[in-house]
Amino acid sequence: MTTPRIRVPSSVKAGEAFEIRTLIDHPMETGLRHQTGQAVARRMITRFEAQADGEVLFTADLRNGTSANPYIGFFARLVRTTTITFLWREEDGREYRATQRVTVT
Amino acid sequence: MTTLTRRTFGLATTAAGLALAAPSVLHAQTTARLVVVGGGFGGASAARYARIAFPRIDVTLIEPKTSFVTCPYGNLLLAGERTLPQITHSYDGLQARGVRLVHDWAETIDASAKTVRLRNGQTIPYDKLILSPGIAIRWNAIEGYGEAAAEAFPHAWIPGTGAQTALLRRQLEALPDGGVVGFAIPPNPFRCPPGPYERISMVASYLKAHKPRAKILALDAKDAFSKQGLFQDAWNELYPGMIEWVPLNKDGKVTKVDVQEKVFETELGTRHKIDVGNVIPPQSAAQIAIDAGLTNDTGWVPVNPLTFEATRARDIHVIGDANIGQPMPKSGYIANSTSKVAVAAAVAALEGRPAPAPTVYFNTCYSHVGPEYGISVVGIFRPGETAFVETANAGGVSPRGPLAQQREQRRLEALHADAWYGAITKDAFS
Repeated sequence: MTTPRIRVPSSVKAGEAFEIRTLIDHPMETGLRHQTGQAVARRMITRFEAQADGEVLFTADLRNGTSANPYIGFFARLVRTTTITFLWREEDGREYRATQRVTVT
Repeated sequence: MTTLTRRTFGLATTAAGLALAAPSVLHAQTTARLVVVGGGFGGASAARYARIAFPRIDVTLIEPKTSFVTCPYGNLLLAGERTLPQITHSYDGLQARGVRLVHDWAETIDASAKTVRLRNGQTIPYDKLILSPGIAIRWNAIEGYGEAAAEAFPHAWIPGTGAQTALLRRQLEALPDGGVVGFAIPPNPFRCPPGPYERISMVASYLKAHKPRAKILALDAKDAFSKQGLFQDAWNELYPGMIEWVPLNKDGKVTKVDVQEKVFETELGTRHKIDVGNVIPPQSAAQIAIDAGLTNDTGWVPVNPLTFEATRARDIHVIGDANIGQPMPKSGYIANSTSKVAVAAAVAALEGRPAPAPTVYFNTCYSHVGPEYGISVVGIFRPGETAFVETANAGGVSPRGPLAQQREQRRLEALHADAWYGAITKDAFS
């Protein structure tokens, strides 16, 4: 249950700011929570990256204070048609990805 | 209407392919009472089969409506390729076979007293109950989509008298050329997995002929769907540029609708303005199954895969869309084919015999995607210990490939679909 979701316009005007919204289903377990006397195993996304044709566009480091199912939104500007790749990385290395091609007009 | 003779009885049971025990253990004192709730594909097939295979059993069918409008082929009404009377079936055939019809709502089940209480207050006792109640819509699971909203954005997913489908058709007729038809499609499991995509195709077929500048926006709470490759090939070939399908991971999940503004809003806050909206909402087993305590936290009814007896109540066999049949689809075909197994198991238990040996459950779902253009998926399933199991490397979908190469295959499958519809409605209602 870690389907990432992204909202990115499929076309934008060159140089004009546009909004990107992302969401991923994830428990963001800190390892500190107890359930029926047992600690729930830690499982945490600690890194979020957006890359524009492989170049870093936006990054965020996430820590224990981040809620489950983290929602991340930001603005970007593009000058040419670009494929944006989003990745969510758990601290043990597991990754979830989504991509969207944005046509610049 | 034909009457049942020994000869036709023999033929019918052979055709059903189920071995029958010699009728040697008849309970002499009374006739066993089989009560069927719900007159759709599951219930009608169960009642009909029970009369054919076990004429010694007393069969009552409780169904509020006096005729049944099928979900299959309902989408063709939207394209103007069928009319409501063509997909409406009476219960006269079942009555002629000796099924006692009770046209009232079954309101509650008392599993310990083994009775069904009707809306009119009457109670009907049973020895075995076949419950085929279908689905309920989870109103307000999508914010703003309550019962009143269905008059603005029809679901047309429970046909009833056909009013919802007729409403959607009228809205399509009133749509201006260049307008947008929005679809909200639910997550799994739901009734008729390929149904939304057949509907998109049939609406596209209508628009192509009458409003070629109109667009279809299909917002989906899933990332993949039944016969996806075949549907998308067909959309590209038949309706290029008309249909935009937005999967879950591209913000396709509709979480809110606004009937005043005519807006579908998705999870990440995108507001899509539409002119006509078809909301296919999240679903559960019908209310009577929930009220009877038969459902688990999924909202559907767990059953024994061999007998279809509910795991939460004795002597209630739950068939059709209401049960947890995955990986079997919630289809009329599955309801029809499994109804016979459930009846055979119920009668065996009544007569003190073991349940029939495990059999195979078949499903075929045909979809019409355009004129003379049919596609299909076939699945073969078996009862496992606690769940149903799909047989690997059996079944499959229609071959893919450009229309120029597959034209004859598509034309034949459209004809096969028509033949299937004729056959299954006969097997349920004649």
